[in-house]
Amino acid sequence: MNYVIPTIDWSVLMPTLIVAVTGIVALLIEMARPKQNNNLIIGVSLAGLLLGFWSLVGQLGQPVTSTMSGLVYRDQFAVLTQMMIVGVTFLCFLFSEAYLRQKRIAFGEFYPLAMWSASGAMIMVGTESLLMLFIGLEVLSISLYCLAGMARGEQRSEESALKYFLLGSFASAFLLYGIAWAYGASGSISLDAFRIIQDLPDTAYPTMGLFALGLMLIGLGFKTSLVPFHQWTPDVYQGAPTNVTAFMGAVSKIAAFGALYRILDAAAPYQAAYMPVLTVIAILTMTVGNLAALVQKDVKRALGYSGVAHAGYILVGLLAHLKMPDKISLTAVIFYLISYSVMTVGAFAIVGLTAKAGKEGTRTQDLNGLWKTQPLAAVALFVCLISLIGVPPTAGFWGKAFIFGDALTAGLTTLAIALAINSVISTFYYWQIAKAAFVDENIAVQNDFAPMSGGLKATAVFSMVGVLVAAFVASPLLTLGQTAGMDRVETGTKMQVLDPRVDQIPDDMPRPSGFAAPGGGPPPPAQEGE
Amino acid sequence: MLSHLIPLASVFDDVPLGWFLTLSLLMFTLGGLGVMIRRNPVVVFMCIELMLNAVNLSFLSFAAYPSPVVGDPNQAAMSGQMMVIFVMAIAAAEVAVGLGIIMAIFRQKNEVDVDEMSTLRG
Repeated sequence: MNYVIPTIDWSVLMPTLIVAVTGIVALLIEMARPKQNNNLIIGVSLAGLLLGFWSLVGQLGQPVTSTMSGLVYRDQFAVLTQMMIVGVTFLCFLFSEAYLRQKRIAFGEFYPLAMWSASGAMIMVGTESLLMLFIGLEVLSISLYCLAGMARGEQRSEESALKYFLLGSFASAFLLYGIAWAYGASGSISLDAFRIIQDLPDTAYPTMGLFALGLMLIGLGFKTSLVPFHQWTPDVYQGAPTNVTAFMGAVSKIAAFGALYRILDAAAPYQAAYMPVLTVIAILTMTVGNLAALVQKDVKRALGYSGVAHAGYILVGLLAHLKMPDKISLTAVIFYLISYSVMTVGAFAIVGLTAKAGKEGTRTQDLNGLWKTQPLAAVALFVCLISLIGVPPTAGFWGKAFIFGDALTAGLTTLAIALAINSVISTFYYWQIAKAAFVDENIAVQNDFAPMSGGLKATAVFSMVGVLVAAFVASPLLTLGQTAGMDRVETGTKMQVLDPRVDQIPDDMPRPSGFAAPGGGPPPPAQEGE
Repeated sequence: MLSHLIPLASVFDDVPLGWFLTLSLLMFTLGGLGVMIRRNPVVVFMCIELMLNAVNLSFLSFAAYPSPVVGDPNQAAMSGQMMVIFVMAIAAAEVAVGLGIIMAIFRQKNEVDVDEMSTLRG
């Protein structure tokens, strides 16, 4: 019997490979140069990330393709989320070294572990196979468990690592059990499983599919920290070293939402079943996250709960897209993910300044006096926080506005109202943090901040500028985002049968003028507005 | 492709799929309950392993009784069996990291009990 080895399209694999291999190289350098400074490792890591980013830029606007029998999949959504992941990792690396030195945990293995974690995240968002999705998730998570416990002498770091590890593996078991049932019903471990199930004559199979979807949503609910699966989030955010928290908060959220989108999108036949459940979960996530954050005394913990609340906002945008996939693009979700990552990383980077000489205070009052000693840091923190609140000129505002608009368009009025109310609630605790940085009375001891390293300055300035100018660069970003989540429909090979409405929109799919139609067809008419 | 070598579900031919799935569900539930009830992280972790093994059992039984929709049952069976290999490999990686974390905690406090881990709360 002939078995033909399929040809591999290496260009699709390249970004992930570059990041993973750079991680290996960084580890080899660490082994060859024990106890010396980490500059070489950092240099190599940053260069590898830049290279990975560059190879991703080359894939923007390329037609949808998959390689290795569908294990690796590329569409606009995958490329954009992978770019976010690489970019965020780069930002975190910039300020990590100074923080780790102050914390006395300057181990070189931070860099390889974070890069592998990032490559796991990249695998996770760029696949159609449930097997790869699971492997990507585990590569991401196992590296993060190690990173969370990196401050080995610190009790709360180890405690957060254990909590993260136990709940993370628990969640993976649920995800896997869901995959097992989807496989059992359809005989396939690809995301197609949900569609295949629908073609089966026996009604038992769709029920199995629903059971599978429920289990998978529990598993991913843990990873995206949706209420009621969010309890680990504040603990882990608080206990992990701050640079790890920044990395984890952004990268694992992007990856988990990427996976959640893929699964919910593939499970479109079950929309009537999951929509009400996820609507309730979204409202709960926003409300519980914000209300719990109000009473927090610890900055990192408050930002952890804020991460929970923001997961709720993103879920609203996702639900709006899923409800009307042919009308509402994923633009809002992608824009929100980008702005959320930038502002979270920026905020955590500044909060990390409280670490000095092996000690770190993360209570709100530990930020007192920041404005006096480090005005740039205080201003950057302020900008990131008002963006997290959603004050008008910032990226956070635009993200929320887009999601709000999408929710209204999709008819999810309850969610839109809940989002608006929650934005108001969240003002209070962000304001507490912002105020603490600008006030220096009421403290017996003058807080001692670490000096700002060049990398941290770069991160702070980047996030500040990025958050402020987002309004002006938003339109190209939106154009890029326009195709995400829609280009798949154009290929029309797999998912078309999912939604009968898709058949009615053959060639005039909204597509920005910048991109040629896949397959070298005539350029489509330019898209008018949103 | 391999049908002339390995008959699917040779020994357990007479056992219906439902029995395997029930056992698997039972194991999964026991594991889940254990995670919530037990206090020692090592035991909690063993319960998670039990859940993963329940998943493996599901995969293997589904592979032996393929869904009627698939074109080539052997290929469908292979994807399930392959999944099991990957799950075992990843579970092993998790054990390595998990025991490392538990050891680190033990070194700090000379005891491990999840109820005692309350530095982080609020």
